[in-house]
Amino acid sequence: MFNWVSQIFAVTSFSMRSLPQRKGSSAAAMLGIAGVVAVMVGVLSIAQGVLKTMESSVGDSNAIVLRSGADSEMMSGLSGDDTRIIAEAPGIARDANGAVASPELFVIVNLPARSTGTDVNVPLRGVQAPAMTVRDSFKLVEGRMFEWGLNEVIVGVGAHQQFSGLEIGSSMEVGKEKWPVVGVFEAGGGMAESEIWVDAAVLQPAFRRGNSYQAVYIKLDSNESFDEFKDTLTSDPRLNVKPMLESEYYDSQSSVIFNMITGLGRIIAVIMGLGAVFGALNTMYTAVSSRNREIATLRALGFRAGPVVISVVCESLLLAFVGGLIGAGLAWLAFDGYRAATLNWASFSAITFAFDVNVKLLVDGIVFAMIIGLLGGLFPAIRAARQPVAQALRGL
Amino acid sequence: MTEFLMNHMMVKVRGVDKIFKRGSEVIHVLGGLDLSIPKGEFLALMGPSGSGKSTLLNLIGGLDRPSEGTLEIGGKRIDRLSERKLAAWRARHVGLVFQFYNLMPVLSAQKNVELPLLLTKLSRAERKKRAAIALDIVGLSHRAGHYPRQLSGGEQQRTGIARAIVTDPTLLLCDEPTGDLDRKSGDEILDLLQALNKEQGKTIIMVTHDIHAAARASRTLYLNKGQLSTEAVD
Ligand SMILES: Nc1ncnc2c1ncn2[C@@H]1O[C@H](COP(=O)(O)OP(=O)(O)OP(=O)(O)O)[C@@H](O)[C@H]1O
Ligand SMILES: [Mg+2]
Repeated sequence: MFNWVSQIFAVTSFSMRSLPQRKGSSAAAMLGIAGVVAVMVGVLSIAQGVLKTMESSVGDSNAIVLRSGADSEMMSGLSGDDTRIIAEAPGIARDANGAVASPELFVIVNLPARSTGTDVNVPLRGVQAPAMTVRDSFKLVEGRMFEWGLNEVIVGVGAHQQFSGLEIGSSMEVGKEKWPVVGVFEAGGGMAESEIWVDAAVLQPAFRRGNSYQAVYIKLDSNESFDEFKDTLTSDPRLNVKPMLESEYYDSQSSVIFNMITGLGRIIAVIMGLGAVFGALNTMYTAVSSRNREIATLRALGFRAGPVVISVVCESLLLAFVGGLIGAGLAWLAFDGYRAATLNWASFSAITFAFDVNVKLLVDGIVFAMIIGLLGGLFPAIRAARQPVAQALRGL
Repeated sequence: MTEFLMNHMMVKVRGVDKIFKRGSEVIHVLGGLDLSIPKGEFLALMGPSGSGKSTLLNLIGGLDRPSEGTLEIGGKRIDRLSERKLAAWRARHVGLVFQFYNLMPVLSAQKNVELPLLLTKLSRAERKKRAAIALDIVGLSHRAGHYPRQLSGGEQQRTGIARAIVTDPTLLLCDEPTGDLDRKSGDEILDLLQALNKEQGKTIIMVTHDIHAAARASRTLYLNKGQLSTEAVD
């Protein structure tokens, strides 16, 4: 045992010392791995960013009521009477203006994306006053609130950044009318930040929606009130609705897009990873064969093959670790917080988000790099170690 | 040979065959070879290229195993030892000297010489001391901190010899130790080997193509067609 450890230590220490003599190939292997990790972390950070947006949309003890059978707000429809009955259910938080229940509807409008100039589907949401109390983190950051009853709009910060024509003072075209933009709001990083808001009473006639809505957003007394709230609504013969906690709702909404992006990211990473594995394999083969005589000599002197394998693997792990670190660092510098918009597959409208390069992703990237390094080092090392000593000494 | 002499044999090779397979081709290198080398002998091994000199030396040094036959070195049967046991045995009992020195380019002469001692339980200080002694024996104390690329061929080979004797093995195996050196440096190496043989009683087997080098040995054997003889045949 003593022997083994000291052999590993000895062999590894001089294989490390010979690294500077193999600068070129070592750097190539390292950069290859860095590239793969940067791309992988970059792509996966999109998924993380979208997930974060979805999660930020979830209010504490908030619920959403859709028509039963509707999987998303898009597919739902509720009459004005429905929304009044829903607002009377027990378990809803109350403030000075009564129950905190916000009936809302939305339509999709086309706006050019700032980056590409192509048209993107953007949600235009009709709201009533409780919309701002239901979303705890709602805050006007620029301009003013629209006047109730007027065709003025306020826009979320995400939408404001990503789409053109939404500056305060400009107006958006809705049918034959022009609706002025009067304010910009935040909503704690949630989905609402990708939207444009207007008075529901203005939106309904403009899009011939009569007195209909699509969802009612609810703030509950507490999470415990949800069961009672839900039972009351589902057992009411006048209603045909599906109440959900917001956390459940956004989970179901985000899984599609999250899985899609994550899946895509993984596929790209695996394909590039294979390339990098072959690159690393090639480098390590060259590195190992350039040291064949050294390795053979060590073994002739009585060093065992095991420590030689371990030392080669250590070297390749070290290169991979540094490469992974560089790649993860690059991804973090380049992508973290970078804002972009993507299609929300659940509603076919755009949601804006920020790339989220978090610690978990960085660790994943480095682990992935180490796996590449392990494979890249292990095969040539085993090959070198399996060669009979006498044959290795002949340089065969 | 008398019973007495038999017991003082450093190397006993009996009926050794060595066959190499290269694809479907089978190469018979050694066939039914016998060899006895008494303790303290300096044996020169000559023979045409490809006759199997290195192969025989590898078998005696435990770097390879025979296809057939037995090898007893210093009283121990090594022909059936596992890789692992052979490696441990080599580290303790044989010193190897190579034609191209086979030094580690990233290690100083001192560290190169210390290398085999890493396989022992000696303390760092003790290793250093022994390496210094070995370097002193080969006359290279003043070059201890130099790297192989800073040494001449002769100096590199002397470092190689220091590395071979640092564990104090009784058997030294040298495969063309002067093969890559000019006459003068080669002579210095041969002086050194002779001294190790005479003064320290090392048993030495030296493969060489050089008749002058062989003349330094106490006996010369010729390998041809898988067999040993005392006369060169062509
Ligand atoms: N590992 C091996 N695999 C296949 N053939 C081998 C192997 N080792 C040696 N041989 C063959 O065995 C024969 C003897 O080789 P060896 O190296 O022992 O010769 P040698 O007498 O030392 O020659 P030289 O004087 O050129 O060093 C050669 O034909 C060689 O090709
Ligand atoms: Mg040879």
